[in-house]
Amino acid sequence: MSEQRDLVLDIKNLTKHFPMGGMRDTRKVHAVEDVTFALPRTEIVTLVGESGSGKSTTARLISRLIEPTSGEVIYNGKDVLKTQPGGASLEYRGDIQMVFQDPFGSLNPAHTIGYHIERPLLIHKKVSGRKALKDRVHELLDTVGLGPADETAAKFPYELSGGQRQRVGFARALSVEPKVILADEPVSMLDVSIRVGVLNLMKRLAEDSGLSFLYITHDIASARYISDHTNVMYAGRMVEGAPSDTLVHEPAHPYTRLLLSAVPNPHAGLRTQETQARGEIPSLIDPPPGCPFAARCPHVMDVCRQIMPGAVTIAPHHWVRCHLYGDGGESPLPNAANSVG
Amino acid sequence: MVISMSTDVKRGITAVPDNFIPLIEIDNLQVEYLAGRGSVRAVDGVSFSIGKGEVVGLAGESGSGKSTIAQAIMRILQPPAIITGGQVLIGGRDVLQMTDRELRKFRWDEVSMVFQSAMNSLNPVATIGDQIIDAVMAHRKINEHQAREQAKEMLQIVGIESDRIDSYPHQLSGGMRQRAVIAIALALQPPLMIMDEPTTALDVVVQREILAKITELREKFGFSILFITHDMSLLVEISNRIAIMYGGEIVEMAPSRELFENPLHPYTQGLMASFPALTGPRKQLEGIPGSPPDLISPPSGCRFHPRCPHRFGPCDSVHPPLIEVRPNHFVACHLHTTSEGSAQ
Ligand SMILES: Nc1ncnc2c1ncn2[C@@H]1O[C@H](COP(=O)(O)OP(=O)(O)OP(=O)(O)O)[C@@H](O)[C@H]1O
Ligand SMILES: Nc1ncnc2c1ncn2[C@@H]1O[C@H](COP(=O)(O)OP(=O)(O)OP(=O)(O)O)[C@@H](O)[C@H]1O
Ligand code: SF4
Ligand code: SF4
Ligand SMILES: [Mg+2]
Ligand SMILES: [Mg+2]
Repeated sequence: MSEQRDLVLDIKNLTKHFPMGGMRDTRKVHAVEDVTFALPRTEIVTLVGESGSGKSTTARLISRLIEPTSGEVIYNGKDVLKTQPGGASLEYRGDIQMVFQDPFGSLNPAHTIGYHIERPLLIHKKVSGRKALKDRVHELLDTVGLGPADETAAKFPYELSGGQRQRVGFARALSVEPKVILADEPVSMLDVSIRVGVLNLMKRLAEDSGLSFLYITHDIASARYISDHTNVMYAGRMVEGAPSDTLVHEPAHPYTRLLLSAVPNPHAGLRTQETQARGEIPSLIDPPPGCPFAARCPHVMDVCRQIMPGAVTIAPHHWVRCHLYGDGGESPLPNAANSVG
Repeated sequence: MVISMSTDVKRGITAVPDNFIPLIEIDNLQVEYLAGRGSVRAVDGVSFSIGKGEVVGLAGESGSGKSTIAQAIMRILQPPAIITGGQVLIGGRDVLQMTDRELRKFRWDEVSMVFQSAMNSLNPVATIGDQIIDAVMAHRKINEHQAREQAKEMLQIVGIESDRIDSYPHQLSGGMRQRAVIAIALALQPPLMIMDEPTTALDVVVQREILAKITELREKFGFSILFITHDMSLLVEISNRIAIMYGGEIVEMAPSRELFENPLHPYTQGLMASFPALTGPRKQLEGIPGSPPDLISPPSGCRFHPRCPHRFGPCDSVHPPLIEVRPNHFVACHLHTTSEGSAQ
């Protein structure tokens, strides 16, 4: 992990605790806990994990829509939380764009699609003149397959289907020529054919236009298709990180294994498979010490309930946070490759 | 604790049940949106039925009319949408002809819906607990304490710790909000449940747990489900039959396993070829070249013809009807209707 690479984002020990909100309730939701990972320039890094494990919160912290409890967000070598303590600069807000998870909640019903894409262009002064503005809007809509662009631009969000709105969100993020896109489930409502189109677009933008992506998804096959590296989150913690292909073929953490065993694989045809039922729901409200997966883990040991395992590197660029793996340890579990797909 | 999905999976794919009794029949439904340049024919002559206790999956292109069908069945479409034709028959009555009073009763007792916008459809100023309690108390004669206990139980079922009962929607993750909405629908258990992309924000483990739970409840209470999703592999596992939509029409419909193993329509085949594989070599995928059809002036003949690799003689002029080419397997494609095309 210490090897010198050109990192556009370097996230260190990022932590966010939310108050529960009740009047007398002093408990805290530990949404993101000690999250560390890097986004190398022009790469696509995936974040997968359980629903509610802190993926969107991590993206919102990086984009500085919310402020962390602690941690560092290092952009091009500088910790922006220190250099811009009063909130993100206009430049940072332009460079780091977010595609929001909910396409129904993130478009303003009172404005046309054209307006949604024009606004960031104007705020960040990316074009000058009516004509250039219009051309750019149309170009962006065509890029995401929302032609005929002049018609789409004149529409209001309620006139679009779920998948069409999702692509508007993507076009809006692209509009200001950002350096990094934090894409929170950007293709979840697209049919596989259009989905592949957007994924190929992301790959092309990373390779040709120098963009870097944090790709949050539940579609692990698509993560392997476009991304270089995949990180896995569980209950606010990053529990494993590996090159995407390695993660799928040699998952180390018991949660990652569970996740992969549940992936329906259309190419494998139908499988009859055993899925582990949920034991306890992991609590993020003032969680107990130890490994958050302990309540569900088939390999749980005494130490797991007391001490949080540290991150251990088990192969180049492959690390895991689990007591089964000692320093430089080898996987004590049977090779998982054949248990998947 | 290990639960086996295998029995559910096997049962889910046994084609059309022998004792098929239709719960709802959609017949030649037509819906248009009046737009500037003309009308968008979002749903154009769609017919299918859902049996009692059956799960019918609806998949297909983004923008092909799936959510519009769901909203037409509930009759909750707003202007500029107009239903220009067809029937939605349930228990011998046509939903499209119901009076306001009948309609209220239908929506109240016979159907519940998880909207595609579920993440955004909870009331932002009420706690999720209150929203579940309100829904349950409105439908059942129980007191608030009992309703609260039931709300906690429903949250547990969808994998949300019951301590979150007093959380507001903005304090939950996208997938947790989706699950809260599923919890409300499940608590009501009407004969027909319409779920429009209910699991887009759920990881596969939670997704499987919830689907297993839905399957269990469905077997116990016998409700039917119209399940809309882009996730074909999910559909194959939970639905009896699958309909594929393209450009406002159903282009193929078959028992799930049959559709999956033997897709006949070139659009369906294109979809199947667009899945990235989880394992094995990483291949470049191209999807289906070309763009979605313009629904204001759709392509003549077969709507898929401008993009179809198998296009031939009649395709750009003659509209292919949806016909049964094998038992329960329907397809709308000239390759399977005329003697000129040889079946692929
Ligand atoms: N404003 C808030 N106040 C309190 N808790 C919050 C708030 N925002 C998020 N949380 C909690 O933080 C945790 C992480 O939420 P987050 O949205 O980051 O999850 P996620 O990984 O994106 O999940 P999903 O896949 O379901 O979208 C959840 O338990 C959520 O309830
Ligand atoms: N209010 C409206 N006015 C005009 N056109 C509309 C309106 N609502 C939907 N449409 C159009 O009708 C078509 C069908 O929309 P619908 O929401 O039913 O698609 P869908 O199949 O559910 O797509 P997705 O999978 O992306 O959610 C789309 O092309 C959409 O642009
Ligand atoms: S630390 Fe222990 S409980 Fe946690 S995943 Fe590893 S073995 Fe399981
Ligand atoms: S009818 Fe013709 S154009 Fe349409 S799908 Fe069949 S072969 Fe292709
Ligand atoms: Mg999220
Ligand atoms: Mg829809």
